[in-house]
Amino acid sequence: MSADTLSVDTRLAPQPGTGSLRRFTRRRSTIAFLMTLPLLLVIVCLVAYPAAYGVYLSTLNRTMERSIGLGNFEILFDTDTFWNVVWQSCIFAITAVIAKALIGFWLAHMLHHIPTKGQRKWRGMLLVPWVIPPALSTLGWWWMYDPSYSSINYLISIVGAPPVPWLGEPIWARAAIIIVNVWVGAPFFMIMYLAALKSVPEQLYEAAAIDGATGFQRLRYVTVPMMANIISITVLFSLIVTFANYDIVRVLTNGGPRDLTHVFASYAFQVGILSGNIPRGAAVSLFMLPILAVCAFFVLRGVTRRNKEQM
Amino acid sequence: MSAATASKDVAKGSGIYSKAGSLSSERRWALWTAYASLILATIIFLAPPVYMFITSLKGSAEIANMQGNPWLVRNPTAENYTALLGNTMFLRFFLNSFIITGLVVLITMVISVLAAFALARMRFFGSQFLATGVFLTYLVPDTLLFIPLYQIVGGLGLLNSIWGLVLVYPTLTVPFCTWIMIGYFASIPKELDEAALIDGANWMQMLTKIFIPVAMPGIIAATIFAFTVSWAAFVYPTAFVTTPDQMPLTIGIVSQLVRADTFAWGQIMAGALLAALPPVVIYAFLMDYYIAGLTAGATKG
Repeated sequence: MSADTLSVDTRLAPQPGTGSLRRFTRRRSTIAFLMTLPLLLVIVCLVAYPAAYGVYLSTLNRTMERSIGLGNFEILFDTDTFWNVVWQSCIFAITAVIAKALIGFWLAHMLHHIPTKGQRKWRGMLLVPWVIPPALSTLGWWWMYDPSYSSINYLISIVGAPPVPWLGEPIWARAAIIIVNVWVGAPFFMIMYLAALKSVPEQLYEAAAIDGATGFQRLRYVTVPMMANIISITVLFSLIVTFANYDIVRVLTNGGPRDLTHVFASYAFQVGILSGNIPRGAAVSLFMLPILAVCAFFVLRGVTRRNKEQM
Repeated sequence: MSAATASKDVAKGSGIYSKAGSLSSERRWALWTAYASLILATIIFLAPPVYMFITSLKGSAEIANMQGNPWLVRNPTAENYTALLGNTMFLRFFLNSFIITGLVVLITMVISVLAAFALARMRFFGSQFLATGVFLTYLVPDTLLFIPLYQIVGGLGLLNSIWGLVLVYPTLTVPFCTWIMIGYFASIPKELDEAALIDGANWMQMLTKIFIPVAMPGIIAATIFAFTVSWAAFVYPTAFVTTPDQMPLTIGIVSQLVRADTFAWGQIMAGALLAALPPVVIYAFLMDYYIAGLTAGATKG
């Protein structure tokens, strides 16, 4: 009896088993393909194709009739404005990201120190700059920087300092843009770091305390190593976003005074859309690609490494 | 000799006590620093929106009279708000924003939930590669693509139309939403789908009956993200739309309310605050989902 069923099993099971299994997987991959098809369409038609098309566009002449090879890039290399844009973009992105990271780190620590009950309320208020669409909050900043009736200068004058020509002088205009960017972005860092701080096991701090670690040593040898991955992911991600920023510059200065506050995005917009030289605009925005690619590579590496740790 | 040891003992003792004392005072000091920093940061972080609100309550005469403390309002008036709410162009911006955002959120969620389900659960040829590709496209900023997209959208005849924006906004929202949905779906235990398969459910039923209900927090977080991103989108509408009646709020306020030499500051601020209201209200009510979505990008998936 038992031998019979066993032989029946071994005789019959393989054929329908493998057959239906194969059909099952075939159906499964077909369904999976259909399900991912819209996503593929978005990625291929609206991201990959435009990116490739952008490279092609950058090799055309102004009227887009014939190819001039790397002519657009050569012309850009010869203009002072373009080199200003390169410097301004780099200074802007690096300064703003460092400031955001430091302020975010500090605030996350302060939030982590206070009793858990109150944290929600403070977090809720501190995240507001991130929630307001940046183009709109920048309008508010623009009005605060207004040369004739600046509310910031009013506060400065209480201390007795002379008024600051916020958007009139290049150096102050640059500072003004960085301030707004830091104001918008610091809450994001704070939230990311707070989430990371909360995931550091309490036992590590206890062990450090038993070993007699000071506050700074706890920070240096426990907190920072445990958060290193999140810190690098957030910094690199923010570097990408800040480097490619457009709305703050557009609303606040629109590149002025004397084209000295243009970043890549606003200059590409100016050249490509407003002046109608689309190929050269495409060339300008392509200059963002190398640094973005480097950042993206490291972000991806950090994220996959983190996933492996969690598994 | 004995006096020396005694004094040493006392010193040691006082050392311990002072240490204990300093520890608690250190902690109290740390708490005060924490509250002081948080109060200072909150004041700075909330000052611009508060100042926008103050300005929006001022009449044009009060703004034109540039005397005294700008942070105070002497004759509060709602005239800026009533003027805007009676302004058909401004209401048109609002309507456009709602149409665009609504459609984009819908499209995004359908695309990303389907794709995330397939990528999280059905291993197929290239699925790992595609998941990485999704994350990479999330890192491609809109300012890199807007010029070629300008040409493409122009070629389709969709410049100066909200439909062109509906077409391109998914590039901003779909990659991230798919990415965090993959994370949420992957965290659902495999036993659940095995149980469903045994009960004879097909893939579609598995998705709608199990995955979507279980991953609801993730779906809410992704929806909020899609909403706030498409509501705040600025580069694409600035590049693609120049006729006022097709503009969404962001560019509408920046380009149409800010006109020439006479700035109607009160109205601009009132408009900006009204436009910022929907995301802020959503944030106020769904803060935990909002923050979950914000941190999910790096901690999940």
